[in-house]
Amino acid sequence: MYAFSYHKPATAQEAADLMASADEGAYLAGGMTLVPTLKQRLAAPSDVIDLTGIHGLRGIRTLDGKVKVGATTRHAEVAANEHIPVLADLAGRIGDPHVRNCGTLGGSVANSDPAADYPAAVVALDATVHTNKRAIAGDEFFKGLFETALEDGEIVTAVDFRAPSAAAYAKFPNPASRYAVVGVLVARYGDQVRVGVTGAGPCAFRAANIEAALAADFRPGAVDDVGIDYGDFNADLHASAEYRGHLVRVLAKRAVAQIGSADSG
Amino acid sequence: MEISLNVNGTAHSLEVPANTLLSDILRERLRLTGTHVGCDTSQCGACVVHVNGDAVKSCTVLAGQANGASVTTIEGIGTPDDLHPMQTAFRDNHALQCGFCTPGMIMSAIELVEKNDGLTEQAVRDGLEGNLCRCTGYHNIVKAVLAAARQM
Ligand SMILES: Cc1cc2nc3c(=O)[nH]c(=O)nc-3n(C[C@H](O)[C@H](O)[C@H](O)COP(=O)(O)OP(=O)(O)OC[C@H]3O[C@@H](n4cnc5c(N)ncnc54)[C@H](O)[C@@H]3O)c2cc1C
Ligand code: FES
Ligand code: FES
Repeated sequence: MYAFSYHKPATAQEAADLMASADEGAYLAGGMTLVPTLKQRLAAPSDVIDLTGIHGLRGIRTLDGKVKVGATTRHAEVAANEHIPVLADLAGRIGDPHVRNCGTLGGSVANSDPAADYPAAVVALDATVHTNKRAIAGDEFFKGLFETALEDGEIVTAVDFRAPSAAAYAKFPNPASRYAVVGVLVARYGDQVRVGVTGAGPCAFRAANIEAALAADFRPGAVDDVGIDYGDFNADLHASAEYRGHLVRVLAKRAVAQIGSADSG
Repeated sequence: MEISLNVNGTAHSLEVPANTLLSDILRERLRLTGTHVGCDTSQCGACVVHVNGDAVKSCTVLAGQANGASVTTIEGIGTPDDLHPMQTAFRDNHALQCGFCTPGMIMSAIELVEKNDGLTEQAVRDGLEGNLCRCTGYHNIVKAVLAAARQM
């Protein structure tokens, strides 16, 4: 690890000021992505600015049908929270217990790893990402591979999720890391259906054609004939783009089946 | 930077470079070499300790993040004459071979048992997701954790 200065500011303003005056600053939350990156010498920040000392960034609150999760709330805390069961289920399947005891929602969404789980929830659960400067619609947040709508130095403070009437997250985990090879979150809002996909493309996205098929006929079979354009999907040693395209359809069906069995049960 | 932390009930104040990892503080500065380091990628879990009651990978915690924390390592849970029930269960069930993964396994397993009632075999396997063992094939480790859960 290269040398750096460590700071733990008490307010978002102080953190932003430290970032502005640093040669090359890096925010730190749970450290589950940043610290391994530092250890591999893939980053060389002059200043590491720990956000976990900022008051008011950690915790879960509900307000009129929405659940607000503070940016430094750990995966384990979301996994133990009952307000949106599908979000708890998703968070409880991130990595392993130690990663969930440290890793945070804000770190996960700011990082926009193509294989991260939370981004599927941000797009499927009609989320709003709050920062120290503005509110960004979940649909507009992820821009590409490790790329988001955040500007330099902008801090995620919380994410609001809209509670669905029913939802399920189906994930094909990489057996070694547990990251999603592909993950599909299907959420019903009355007659409306939202489908968030992670792992498949450069960043999380909504699958409009699956949404339309399911809005017309909410059964697993309705996804069978939906064409999946895997042209810009990720291909690596774990899965080809075509296989990821196949997984999108299979996992969407599994999620719908899970919702269906919960509805009838 | 100056940090203070409590390790196994003893308070320490140390001057360390900011890029020091908690695992290195424990091993190199405090000579608590029971905490092992088995990988460079935060995946093996040999380095697991409890920080403020949560099992975490000490190789992925910076000195500044550990400042003010209360840390428990494998050295803090039992003595050779008075083993922790989890240690006894690992011994009784032949849950270790080379022993390299064992400190991390035991610290993870203790958290798992303390935070969950009515553990099933599958829940133990899921709960040890972050701990790799190259020797045992996990089977006896799972047996040991289930046995300890009945004792704790
Ligand atoms: C072994 C292992 C397995 C994992 N498995 C999974 C998995 O299955 N699924 C999954 O989704 N993830 C997985 N992860 C990643 C994990 O969820 C991370 O916790 C998460 O991606 C980053 O969160 P963090 O709080 O640790 O962020 P950090 O590592 O502290 O930061 C990550 C990045 O986000 C920036 N950042 C952090 N917080 C903010 C903020 N509030 N505002 C702006 N920028 C910010 C940092 O500057 C940094 O660039 C795994 C990690 C490990 C080590
Ligand atoms: S040494 Fe491998 S996870 Fe810490
Ligand atoms: S006993 Fe050898 S690695 Fe687990």
